[in-house]
Amino acid sequence: MSQAAADNALVALLFAVDPAGLGGVALRGRPGPVRDAFLALLRACLDPAAPVRRMPLNIAEGRLVGGLDIAATLRAGRPIAERGLLAQTDGGVVLVAMAERLPATIAAQLCATLDTGTVLTARDGIVSQSPARIGVVALDEGEDNTEPGADSGAGAGAGAGAGAGGDERPSPALLDRLAFRLNLSAGFDDDALEYDLDAVTQARTRLADITADDATLAALSATALALGVWSLRATLLALRVARAAAALAGRSAVAPPDAAIAARLVLAPRATRVPAAEEATPEQSPAPDDPPPDEAPPDEAAPNDQTPEPEAGDEPDDLPPEFPMGEIILSAAISAIPSGLLALLKTDLARSAGARSQGKSGALKKSGKRGRPAGIRRGAPGPNARLNLVETLRAAAPWQRLRASEAPQAGTQAPTKGCIQVRFDDFHVSRFRERTETTTIFAVDASGSAAATRLAEAKGAVELLLAECYIRRDTVAVVSFRGTTAEILLPPTRSLVRAKRSLSGLPGGGGTPLAAGLDAAEALAASVQRRGGTPVIVVLTDGKSNVGRNGLGGRAIAEAEALQSAAAIRRQNRAVLLVDTSTRPSPLAQALAASMSARYLPLPYVDAVRLTQAVQSLTPKSR
Amino acid sequence: MALAFPFSAIAGQDEMKRAIVIAAVDPGIGGVLVFGDRGTGKSTAVRALAALLPPMRMVDDCRYRCDPANTARLCDECQARLQTGPLPAHMGPVAVVDLPLGASEDRVVGALDLERALSRGEKAFEPGLLARANRGFLYVDEVNLLEDHIVDLLIDVAASGENVVERDGLSIRHPARFVLVGSGNPEEGELRPQLLDRFGLSVEVKTPMDLPTRIDIVRRRDAFERDPEAFIALYAEQDAALRAGILAARARIGAVDVPDAVLEQASQLCINLGTDGLRAELTLMRAARALAAFEGAGTVTQAHLRQIAAPSLRHRLRRNVLDDAGSTTRVDRAVAELFPA
Repeated sequence: MSQAAADNALVALLFAVDPAGLGGVALRGRPGPVRDAFLALLRACLDPAAPVRRMPLNIAEGRLVGGLDIAATLRAGRPIAERGLLAQTDGGVVLVAMAERLPATIAAQLCATLDTGTVLTARDGIVSQSPARIGVVALDEGEDNTEPGADSGAGAGAGAGAGAGGDERPSPALLDRLAFRLNLSAGFDDDALEYDLDAVTQARTRLADITADDATLAALSATALALGVWSLRATLLALRVARAAAALAGRSAVAPPDAAIAARLVLAPRATRVPAAEEATPEQSPAPDDPPPDEAPPDEAAPNDQTPEPEAGDEPDDLPPEFPMGEIILSAAISAIPSGLLALLKTDLARSAGARSQGKSGALKKSGKRGRPAGIRRGAPGPNARLNLVETLRAAAPWQRLRASEAPQAGTQAPTKGCIQVRFDDFHVSRFRERTETTTIFAVDASGSAAATRLAEAKGAVELLLAECYIRRDTVAVVSFRGTTAEILLPPTRSLVRAKRSLSGLPGGGGTPLAAGLDAAEALAASVQRRGGTPVIVVLTDGKSNVGRNGLGGRAIAEAEALQSAAAIRRQNRAVLLVDTSTRPSPLAQALAASMSARYLPLPYVDAVRLTQAVQSLTPKSR
Repeated sequence: MALAFPFSAIAGQDEMKRAIVIAAVDPGIGGVLVFGDRGTGKSTAVRALAALLPPMRMVDDCRYRCDPANTARLCDECQARLQTGPLPAHMGPVAVVDLPLGASEDRVVGALDLERALSRGEKAFEPGLLARANRGFLYVDEVNLLEDHIVDLLIDVAASGENVVERDGLSIRHPARFVLVGSGNPEEGELRPQLLDRFGLSVEVKTPMDLPTRIDIVRRRDAFERDPEAFIALYAEQDAALRAGILAARARIGAVDVPDAVLEQASQLCINLGTDGLRAELTLMRAARALAAFEGAGTVTQAHLRQIAAPSLRHRLRRNVLDDAGSTTRVDRAVAELFPA
């Protein structure tokens, strides 16, 4: 624990040595004294001249990348460009508040700036390029439930509910470019630091001269592979951190302890697998054999990258045999991997991969105030329409000479010379589109009674719906319930292949914890809605509940609880479709549907068309 | 612009590099889409392209960089100037224009020149990014995150080769022929099929998994970042050779022979895969021809087809969203069936 706390302080120093080179820090944790202490130390260590700017979540893209300075433009009568926040922070650090909710386009803009060190502006009639060598501190306040015991598989209904909210994290593309990932729950301890601020300043000047030999590079690369860190950016960042560490320690070349720090701080937090049986064969090459099958099967092994296929055969042989450094570094990295990781790896990865896929599309509704810009039209500004000054001026511009020569009408004040005359007809307003992405949540009853009857058919029906969701570009999520608990098989994703895979691998059997299943679906729906999406719940069940929320059997209690859960869903006014999977329409399922105001479809009579229509009728149309 | 990583120094990713070179040899193929894992050098390769392209002839003082030799595709201003005498021209660099994600519509298509309108009351057109990309390359990073209304614009202009501006009281059309280059990560959203079809070639990049390649990539990248000038000098010769190769291929491409048998095989491949429309065959043929020209071959052979089949066809298959097998596998299978090794 104290090691992690000291590491958190060390990161502030290393990052301050080379903010732009190291990309940044993803800081997971709520605001509080620990976070303040980290930021204060960082601020103290940074070059005093380096700007530190806080970027709010709702920053307009114009402010971020720069655009027209409207006040100055009007004063001067010609377009005057204004530098955006990124360019203004050149050489400094951008603090991104609530990074876990950052819109994809803003995140992509940050990524492009981190990649090129410049920011390209092309808006409001301005094309320019400004240097923007920035470091990013992503303040990630997402729910942290990756602690042992809190994952969705462990708890019953309530636990699954907490898991549903837990997939909020910053865009993977952005995380990939930030060297450090810190979890502030480990605390913060700067007493153990061996360096003072002068050391940081000196390290900054010395950094350019630090050399790293091939052995270091090879060792870091091998460690990255061994830990299943696929992105090459990570290795490159690790190399830079090693350099910064060497500079901090006053060395002129990277030494094994520096590389070990880099592996511990950069590579270990990205590990997607833990090398097995290392202790048993310390003399062997540091690369692992096949990833242990029960930890991270290859198809789930990569949280950030598209599923790579690790070819186990060619890994161990590729390593140069003379490799003492690799072992040290790898063991340093492994020791930094939290002990609970093994158990968590699977659920955690399943949750994070693609969970934040946030492209465009989904049901869009026109909006006058918020959302993505969707063009401009002529019209007067009002409570539901925002004036677009640039377009208004543009519309007025061609008429200026004519208007200036016009005699002032009776009753109006004569315009001052040099003023731009804007008439009512010139007004243009911006149109926006609000994204209300639809997320279809499938709650699938995989209990013994359902499995015996028509689980396979239910799966088939879901696949039909999935294809439909692809066309409408919805996201889908899958919750299944059987035995004693409900589990989120798939967090909201647009990857239908993953959805299909999670369904086809769904085992059947056990009791029916219907209440837990409904609770989990509702919790997921709530989290979708919090993020601005529109949830649609599709429940596939036969309505026969026999396991209560406490995980104990008892038909009467279980059914009563299921009805309670259903009523809770109705209170939220959710769009729900209940597909009855029993052999003939069952009164239980009908009662359940009625208690949550769901549309009821008995599976025996359902064909593809009807099922599709039923779901479509629940989905809000774009207005 | 910050110095770009040299193209020749990109380790591995041969398919991506080949596709980009082919697009440079024959811009008519219609661009390259690079989709794949993070941290695989997608945008590095595209940004390196600018340094690689041989300069081209363009009309002096033309905002659209018209080609003096191609009188049929001149802009209106050059047409008017042509009436009074031959067009003066000079050699200049090919534009590689970045379309940033947040670009507004007026910047992409062009708009009324606000400064001249306000200060002089003139109605003048200020060209946008599409004009700047004429006869060059238009690069969209994270193309799958591009706003829908910008995508619509691109689709239309990429198909017609002409940008028609009807806004702000302006009515202007100008040539906008560009090679569209897009890159992105499929996990962050998929691409509309209409836009997908505008790309001639599509490349999938994967993170290399073998240690020596990975070490090599990181080493080169690190060397570049520590001393860009020296690193670029190191690869200047290779880049120059590649540039000469592209020029030679352009000169040769008209003379490359496409035997009927190869044409037939290309069509058969497309039929077997059930691609929509004839664009697949055309792209396959043109790409194979460009590849043959780049390799210095006089005729297109089956080997060329084989090499280029996956990038030309994989994004044109009718998509079965629930098919686990990727498009690449399907193309490879069809190629293996048609051309038994």
